[in-house]
Amino acid sequence: MNPLLILPILIPMLTAILAVLFRDSRGVQRAISSLGAWALFVASAVLVNDVWRNGIQAAQMGNWPAPYGITLVADLFSAVMVLLAGIIAAAVAMYSLFSIDGKREEFGYHPLFHFLLVGICGAFLTGDLFNLYVWFEVMLMASFVLLALGGERGQMEGAIKYVTINLISSAMFLSALGILYAMAGTLNMADLAYKFSTISALQPQGIVTALAILFMVAFGIKAAVFPLFFWLPASYHTPPVAVSALFAGLLTKVGVYALIRVFTLIFVNDVGYTHTLILILAALTMVSGVLGAVAQNEFRRVLSFLLISHIGYIIMGLGLFTPFALAGSVFYITHHIIVKTNLFLISGVVERLGGTPSLKKLGGLYKTQPGLALFFLIAAMSLAGMPPLSGFFAKLSLLRAGLDVGQYVIVAVALAAGILTLFSMLKIWAEAFWKSPPGPQPVNANAGMPHLDLRNWLFPVAFLAAITVLIGLGAGPAFNFALQAGEQLMDPSAYIQAVMGGAR
Amino acid sequence: MEIILAFVIGGLFAAGIYMLLRRSLVKLLIGLALLSHAANLLIFTAAKLTRGSPPVIDMDETVLTAPFADPLPQALILTAIVIGFGVIAFALALAYRVYRSVGTDDLDQMQSTDTQS
Repeated sequence: MNPLLILPILIPMLTAILAVLFRDSRGVQRAISSLGAWALFVASAVLVNDVWRNGIQAAQMGNWPAPYGITLVADLFSAVMVLLAGIIAAAVAMYSLFSIDGKREEFGYHPLFHFLLVGICGAFLTGDLFNLYVWFEVMLMASFVLLALGGERGQMEGAIKYVTINLISSAMFLSALGILYAMAGTLNMADLAYKFSTISALQPQGIVTALAILFMVAFGIKAAVFPLFFWLPASYHTPPVAVSALFAGLLTKVGVYALIRVFTLIFVNDVGYTHTLILILAALTMVSGVLGAVAQNEFRRVLSFLLISHIGYIIMGLGLFTPFALAGSVFYITHHIIVKTNLFLISGVVERLGGTPSLKKLGGLYKTQPGLALFFLIAAMSLAGMPPLSGFFAKLSLLRAGLDVGQYVIVAVALAAGILTLFSMLKIWAEAFWKSPPGPQPVNANAGMPHLDLRNWLFPVAFLAAITVLIGLGAGPAFNFALQAGEQLMDPSAYIQAVMGGAR
Repeated sequence: MEIILAFVIGGLFAAGIYMLLRRSLVKLLIGLALLSHAANLLIFTAAKLTRGSPPVIDMDETVLTAPFADPLPQALILTAIVIGFGVIAFALALAYRVYRSVGTDDLDQMQSTDTQS
């Protein structure tokens, strides 16, 4: 059994428990939280290295053999998602130290932060569908409290919508699990993949497809796919920036991860129907998200809508369903998580400096904060897909995959959405950074607050921007890695072999 | 028996969704609770009902003799019930805080976070 598989779940769990125990001392809590986040980062990097060298890793919990016990599995895709969770955890934990107020820390911000990571890493690593449901709930419970923590009116309204839509999605997921168990008699993903590839002729294909759609809706709500995304822009801009950066980076991606996992491993018998549907949804998600972003005039609201649009790009690779397209998806999700989190962190600095989230009232930041402007430009241009940054290569690989299989419509839609993304990023640039501040200086909303030392805030931003540039400069090796991950996703036999061992 | 339960589950889902569509915050929570009960019953029924044969190995046997009730769905339901209980308890507390800070339980009036067109 490989202990590396359990560490990404154990580290945040222990961190959270320790942080609860030291809840009286703010300083100790902060130290534990930072240490835990960096430990998770290191452990996940070691895990990626191990999976890269030694192939897919599996561990049977409690030593129960595969289809009976709970299995943890890490293929390249899982491992890289855990690594991204580690990177985001480290950056946001750093950012939280300066941006989260004492009241929220007192009410358990740090333990909740790490419980959220427990759920996220668990969801990425589990090899059992019911266990995935349990990790979803762990993650959701922590996210509910993080969203509501603070009790401002906007937060409360955002939280009730977020909680409702997620509970509906959980009920659907649970119903789908019940029907799936009745059909296959197992919930182990590798076992399911094996059974669906061999005995699916016995099942009426209609029921399997209906079940696939039920899973698609349940995960689609969590991933904010068209037409199920309306909860996201209504809630993501309400909590403190550190929380919405964490949510934007990781929570919807857990839904996307589950979609990709289920629709590459289990529901691959009716690709003509299900994956075409995914492709259509991808196109609609891209367009509706980016059009929403164009219409908005608040920093974080623009980013929330762009987040939806880029979910469309990620599932476009799943819809095309070739190894190259899935590699594009893996590359895109990697690039997207880092850039999106970074943009949210920058929006926090901007809101703090300008005292308002409204783009119309901001201005002149290029003159006063050239460093911040540079980091924003790196992240924004990467998101819009300008070479030589990571977003360019991510888009390029998806577009080439689309051209390879002759899906010209989706390629055209992706290009058009890319231009509109560039437009909305330039709108933020022009409004917040470039134009001179409008009218007389507004009354400084932060007048009573202590003078903020910008270097502290910029360190996590610079950390993430450096990773973006690195992925862009090292696009060759990075894409090679993604291609391996895509090939593993397309051919589940190695996954089944790793989980079931000699049993099959 | 399966037929009766199928109707019960369908009725619970329908009632749950109807309650979700109402404007009152409390009815929304009742709707969520009904949905999670419906999902639990669905797992229970989908795994086939077996009467009077618990999955216990007889004294002089080494393996289970068919027919026996499948214990796994019940373990799944137990987990789901516990999670559902915790989530609904949290949602109740949240609803109370929402009522306190917004001053109404009418969902149509909670629009301050909506995106303006």
